[in-house]
Amino acid sequence: MDFINSIVLLLNYIFVPALSYGSQLALGAIFVSLIYGILRFAYFTAGDLMSFGTMFTILFTWYFQSLGINLGVLPTALLAIPFGVIITILYVLAKDKLIFSYYRTKKSPPVMLAMVSIGTMFVTQAIVRIVIGPFDRRFFDGEKFILKANEFKEMTGLNEGLTIKSTQVITLLVTIIVVSILFWFLNKTKTGKSMRAYSDNEDLALLSGIDPKKVVMITWVIAAILATIGGTLYGLDKSFKPFTYFNNMLPIFAAAIVGGIGNPFGAFLGGYVIAFSEILITYAYKKFFIYILPESLEPDGLLQLLSTDYKFAVSFSILVIVLLFRPSGIFKGKII
Amino acid sequence: MKQYSDVISAYVIMLGLIILVGFLQSWSMALSILCFCLISAVMTMGANIQWGYAGLINFGIMGYTALGGLAAVLVSVPPVKEAWQAGGLQMVICALIIVFIIFIVRFILKKYKKSSNRNYIIAFAIIVGLIFLRLISGPAIHSIEAVNPATTGFLGGMGLPIIFSWVIGAFFAGGLAYVIGKIALGLRADYLAIATLLISEIVIAIIKHEDWLTRGVKNVIGLKRPVPYEIELQSTQWFINLVEKFNQGALNLVTGVLEKEQLLKQLVIDGSTVFVKLCYAGLFSIVVIILLIVTQKALYSPWGRMMRAIRDNDEAANAMGKNVVKQHLLIFVIGSAVVGIAGAMMVTYDGLFTPGSYRPMRYTFLIWVMVIVGGSGNNFGAILGGFAVWFLWIESAPASLYLINLLTSGLEETNALKIHLINSIPYFRLLVMGIALLLVMRYKPKGIIPEKIRHI
Repeated sequence: MDFINSIVLLLNYIFVPALSYGSQLALGAIFVSLIYGILRFAYFTAGDLMSFGTMFTILFTWYFQSLGINLGVLPTALLAIPFGVIITILYVLAKDKLIFSYYRTKKSPPVMLAMVSIGTMFVTQAIVRIVIGPFDRRFFDGEKFILKANEFKEMTGLNEGLTIKSTQVITLLVTIIVVSILFWFLNKTKTGKSMRAYSDNEDLALLSGIDPKKVVMITWVIAAILATIGGTLYGLDKSFKPFTYFNNMLPIFAAAIVGGIGNPFGAFLGGYVIAFSEILITYAYKKFFIYILPESLEPDGLLQLLSTDYKFAVSFSILVIVLLFRPSGIFKGKII
Repeated sequence: MKQYSDVISAYVIMLGLIILVGFLQSWSMALSILCFCLISAVMTMGANIQWGYAGLINFGIMGYTALGGLAAVLVSVPPVKEAWQAGGLQMVICALIIVFIIFIVRFILKKYKKSSNRNYIIAFAIIVGLIFLRLISGPAIHSIEAVNPATTGFLGGMGLPIIFSWVIGAFFAGGLAYVIGKIALGLRADYLAIATLLISEIVIAIIKHEDWLTRGVKNVIGLKRPVPYEIELQSTQWFINLVEKFNQGALNLVTGVLEKEQLLKQLVIDGSTVFVKLCYAGLFSIVVIILLIVTQKALYSPWGRMMRAIRDNDEAANAMGKNVVKQHLLIFVIGSAVVGIAGAMMVTYDGLFTPGSYRPMRYTFLIWVMVIVGGSGNNFGAILGGFAVWFLWIESAPASLYLINLLTSGLEETNALKIHLINSIPYFRLLVMGIALLLVMRYKPKGIIPEKIRHI
């Protein structure tokens, strides 16, 4: 019985939260990786683009709520996502037309484009804060829990409860759907294949008649879709605060690089690597060992490898270690 | 002289703007802008040494700034005797253990050939060391933080004049840069940017949460100053005489003795804050001028030419027998040390150390905007960038308030849109910064004062 209790404990505090957090990171990391592979620069606006998309989703959610439209047990935000996506797509395409295309046609070095993306980061951040303000906002409605700790205890007769929030399940389902469509698109359709060809070798791709404008446009569209969905899922699960989204840029980059930047599938897995290691290393294992060890060996301390304050530090240390020993990432991205 | 005319005119305009603030808002405000401009100028010089001279992207400026600030605390705060008694010895032992681990790892690296066994041995040594560290430091940290937590709760510093910290801060930042450089300098440009950004976050996390060393988010306040305090000045006779002399005209206009005394008192209070800030501005200017002379000399020396050669074509420079890796590490350390000086200067000026206030937007990206806008590779440009961007950063709030009031003058005071816009004024500075950066990168990609290469 103790053994099952300890497993439930780990599921509740490590596996479920890490899985949903990892999915949110993975969505971000995939689009950072795609932009790196196809447009060839580090896109520093990543976190703020997510907050931009989420902001419009929230605004539409409020609008729908004021009209009295809702999805019953599901959050209204799911209905608002497509509208948020459309506005974000328009925003990134306008940004590309006005700003990035100039540097692309001039064949500026990647560093220059990264700097430009810092400029757009400032602008995006300002827009978000001016429109919706810097405050913490919750926009979740509908049924909060799928499985409550008490219900689980009653159901199974165990000491430990298992809580599953509906946002966690929604996050996982949406991620699976979006990511499978994306990989189907990249691997099976003609446009997707031309994108991969462009990413592999630009000159060869151009020679074989691939339209670079179309490839770039599709990349931005995918980035906007993933940013809005990922951001909204994160906001539903936790809360929406522009500063947190800006900070999320860092683990997203870590995930993209760990997975091998330029390689979307690697980035997808990288998100989970980062999320799991953050939570595994900062979790206090005291209770777990109380369950599995005999009473005489019970631990005194919290048995925490690092305090939760160092959550970010963990992912960055992993990144540094990966960069040192396997510079192209775990799943072989572009060689540095 | 003619070739410097644009530099001189740019600086004259900049100083004119600051003086204008003095007339329109207040002299105290103008001087604090000037002080922060000077601090920013030191930071941009540091970043410029790395980016402009050598083409290295360092997005870890925040980390070095914070380390400089930490140096100010560790140098100036008097030591907390009880805390040292409670756990000082254990912490010293921990420091020795860290040194010991480093030596063992170095020894293994030298002694054995590259193999997976070697990696395992190193990992084992580090893990065993960390366990020992944890066992010894855990109780010590607990007892140090328990010593009078409301006011101290940390080991304190050395109790020296704070001005020494400007040098120590440079050493701290340089030391960190050496470690980071050893790890990350082999990476390609944008990877280096991301890696340094992330490492600076780790540094901030450590400073925030190692309370026994830094007091963490409880902040250290009331640091000693290198300049006189306002309160003391206000009761010093020579200062009152000085203020009286300066304001003879205004004082003569007032007839009553009592009113005259009151006016003088007010003038002395105002004068004391201005005087203190003037002292700071003087100190900071000395630092900026010394750094400027040194960096200019370096830029036009054979070493500076070699750095430019490495920046523009590192393979060719390597083929000419220049050690690119070593020079990159050197310049990474030097530039970071300069940023460390600025960090110590800033904490000295503020008189307090608040680890929670170190945010990448303000301390990394803003500095980069300064370097790019000012003109990378040119020290005069970098300094001007520090001045201009800081000025814009401070003055964009009042300016956007004015603009909003002008544009919405047709709306009523209670209009929701107007209230919303006025409430979000602090964020217009981000917009101004972003647009300024984008415009400069588009139309003047080499900055306001571009790099001038002297051809022989």
